Amino acid sequence: MTRILPRKDVVIVGLGWTGAILANELTDQGLDVLAVERGPWRDTATDFNIGYAQDELRYSIRRDLFLQPVVETMTMRNDPSQTALPMRDFGSFLPGNGVGGAGVHWNGHTWRFWDSDFKTKTNLTNKYGAARIADLQVEDWGVTGADMEPYYDQFEYLAGISGKAGNIKGQLQEGGNPFEDPRARDYPNPPMQMTYAPTLFAEAGRSMGLHPFPTPSANMSRAYTNPLGITLGQCTFCGFCERFGCANYSKSSAQTTVLPVLMKKANFEVRTDSEVLHVDLASGGKSARGVTYIDSSGEEYFQPADLVLLCAYGLHNVRLMMLSGIGKIYDPNSGEGTVGRNYCYQTNAGVQVFFDDKNFNPFIAAGALGQTIDDFNGDAFDHGGLDFVGGAGINCIPTNGRPIGTRPTLPGTPKWGSAWKKATVEGYKSTLSFSSQGSSYATRANYLDLDPTYKDRFGRPLMRMTFDFPDNDVRMSNYLCDRMEEIAKKLGGKQYAVGRRKKGWDSVPYQSTHNTGGAIMGTDPKRSAVNVFLQSWDVPNVFVIGASAFPQNAGKNPTGTVGALAFRAADAIRNQYLRNPGAPLVQA
Amino acid sequence: MSHRYPIRMNRRLFLSSVAMLTITAPAVSFARTISGSLPWEPMASDPPARVIPGGWQFFTPKEAALVEAIVDRLVPHDDLSIGGKEAGCAVYIDRQLVGAFGTSSRLYTQGPFKPALPTQGYQGEADPAQRYRAGLAAMDAFLKQRDGKTFVELKPEEQDAFLTEMEAGKVDLPNGVKAAGFFGLLLQNTMEGFFADPIYGGNKDMASWRMLGFPGARYDYRDHVAKHNQPYPLTPVSIAGRPEWLGKGA
Ligand SMILES: Cc1cc2nc3c(=O)[nH]c(=O)nc-3n(C[C@H](O)[C@H](O)[C@H](O)COP(=O)(O)OP(=O)(O)OC[C@H]3O[C@@H](n4cnc5c(N)ncnc54)[C@H](O)[C@@H]3O)c2cc1C
Ligand code: SF4
Repeated sequence: MTRILPRKDVVIVGLGWTGAILANELTDQGLDVLAVERGPWRDTATDFNIGYAQDELRYSIRRDLFLQPVVETMTMRNDPSQTALPMRDFGSFLPGNGVGGAGVHWNGHTWRFWDSDFKTKTNLTNKYGAARIADLQVEDWGVTGADMEPYYDQFEYLAGISGKAGNIKGQLQEGGNPFEDPRARDYPNPPMQMTYAPTLFAEAGRSMGLHPFPTPSANMSRAYTNPLGITLGQCTFCGFCERFGCANYSKSSAQTTVLPVLMKKANFEVRTDSEVLHVDLASGGKSARGVTYIDSSGEEYFQPADLVLLCAYGLHNVRLMMLSGIGKIYDPNSGEGTVGRNYCYQTNAGVQVFFDDKNFNPFIAAGALGQTIDDFNGDAFDHGGLDFVGGAGINCIPTNGRPIGTRPTLPGTPKWGSAWKKATVEGYKSTLSFSSQGSSYATRANYLDLDPTYKDRFGRPLMRMTFDFPDNDVRMSNYLCDRMEEIAKKLGGKQYAVGRRKKGWDSVPYQSTHNTGGAIMGTDPKRSAVNVFLQSWDVPNVFVIGASAFPQNAGKNPTGTVGALAFRAADAIRNQYLRNPGAPLVQA
Repeated sequence: MSHRYPIRMNRRLFLSSVAMLTITAPAVSFARTISGSLPWEPMASDPPARVIPGGWQFFTPKEAALVEAIVDRLVPHDDLSIGGKEAGCAVYIDRQLVGAFGTSSRLYTQGPFKPALPTQGYQGEADPAQRYRAGLAAMDAFLKQRDGKTFVELKPEEQDAFLTEMEAGKVDLPNGVKAAGFFGLLLQNTMEGFFADPIYGGNKDMASWRMLGFPGARYDYRDHVAKHNQPYPLTPVSIAGRPEWLGKGA
């Protein structure tokens, strides 16, 4: 039996990065806000405790803080002719769980996408002709870089990003990224102190005429008090960053930038260990009545609310829409339907350079401490004579020297025995790694829908992911690998190895938790699931916040843009939607 | 208003609550409603349980001897470090197999089980505990049949040769055990044990960390970050402390 609870103004599904931002903004507006979070409460002192946070086995290998597949997984296949099977363990990507979401255990590379990224389709068509992108299903976002700038600024100041501006109001800044769009002001914090490997990488790049700059980082270069009055501590380069919560309050997350203020508000409440099953729609399906959730004892509740915000992480947002009947599920054969359309990922490749005479102290590291070269990212270079569109950031961001996972050895080294051990000791301190983080462009046959066979623990269909790297993206990645080889040669070293991206996306080795699309934003309700304020076209009192809104992914980590979109949606709700609740902000 | 629970729901309780939902026993709810303040509670943390060597919790004595022999070939004793057996890799594996890892209790284990593409990962029905039980038995059954000896009775070079064949998938083990798959599991777990914090039963006295120069559970490198290319001066520490603190010398 479902228990019916007293009404709320707003119910937020998931209290991760975006849920915390929206909750804080809307409680400031005086609304009564409830967040329902599937995982447990988490705080620094208790859950990222400095006495044992440095536990590689528990947090990185067994992944204690992550979503466990027994709770929810997805099925996967590479193309529609195959039978999808469940990811029995997560591998290629690792969704978060619990208060703070994936923001607890991210690295903190915090990027802005460029104006040209927001206009991918128009820009590429104008420059290279429609035939160039005929195999792709790229779209414009419906916003410009200038529209997004103030919201990027808001997220970067909330999160205390450490970095160096490359372009302030049109003035290029020495040492920053010359390819970025104009920004109103510099980052709130200076770049982090550099470790040895990124320093050498930047020197090599500079000597080749490229433009390395410090990666914008959510690891604090100094103590910082954000606009909410919450103070973060200086990062200590502990090297237990990605996959771990920060025991130092030095990595920005909901915990370190929002919750201390949000939790004290009388008009905010969070219910943890409670999974939202679906959004309940009024008859006719044009408006939401609230959500149904189940707590960890199996008790079901109906929570009525005037406004429902899906902040459950992009992939979970899409599945919740499908299970709730919000919008029509995409069909790759007819091209109709919008929910599940334009699922994209990230197209990565990597290089290792082996030295004899260098000691990189790989354990002195932080999640986002390094250098980036954007000369071959997005629209920074001309694709006229090339056979692909898109590009990649080239990143030298050594995040750790944790020995279960990080033991680089020369190619051809055995995996065990005395020869293995000798090579492991030789390679451990003296290997420099860098990688290309490439764009991922939509195609007709890369999409999400519901699996016909496999069910979750409540007997409901799992989401099915059909994905492979498009040929365009593989060509892009190969071009980037050629550029990386040039850098590797410049770096010297006794040998280098390139790991190229091949067709056949493999769900097992970790690649990145940058899943985008499935509920994309846009200006045409036939080709997008939400409008440019992330409001559902079909059910206007539902907003869908997250990387699910990206029509395609750029060669950059998503969260800077996710945070900016969250602030932009909050602004639209506060200043437009509430004047006429339930009405669409954009006429279809 | 805040409704607090007297005892913080820790990891183990949480995982059991997940399990409760999958069986249909009446369950306790750990769901909390939190409002008005940060619900921080003193002494509520959830440190790892320390593995105390001695006895076997999963392996039979015969299996344990076989696993100790295997881990000692994967990580042999040489001038770089002690061997896998002395480091405690078999103890580590034994304790992992009686925990969440051994029973796949956190993984998606619902059927149907179907043949998989290489990109779809492990799709077998057996959990690691079952795979060890079957795999170890199959190794010895195969060797008895072929060489008239069990693994522990082979010479080290013969053991290496057999493990190499398993790694390459060149032996047909009985009872449908896939040699390469089982070898991969053994290798993965041996390396985990050798390189994980010693609190889990392997990596005795931080042997692997000393070998690599990994300082372990330290958390603040600010004074060394700018000292490029210079060796880090301090020896490792573990979550469980250091042997010196226990009066055992470095
Ligand atoms: C290992 C790792 C490294 C990363 N590194 C970077 C990086 O360097 N740079 C970058 O830009 N991004 C990075 N990311 C991605 C980044 O963490 C995410 O983009 C970001 O957290 C997304 O915010 P979100 O609010 O959409 O989702 P989350 O922060 O994940 O929050 C979603 C919340 O919703 C909850 N939820 C889900 N389903 C339900 C349900 N049905 N009912 C109730 N609650 C639900 C979840 O438990 C979770 O708490 C990384 C991610 C991972 C995992
Ligand atoms: S590297 Fe820095 S930000 Fe990351 S967990 Fe360690 S102290 Fe925190």
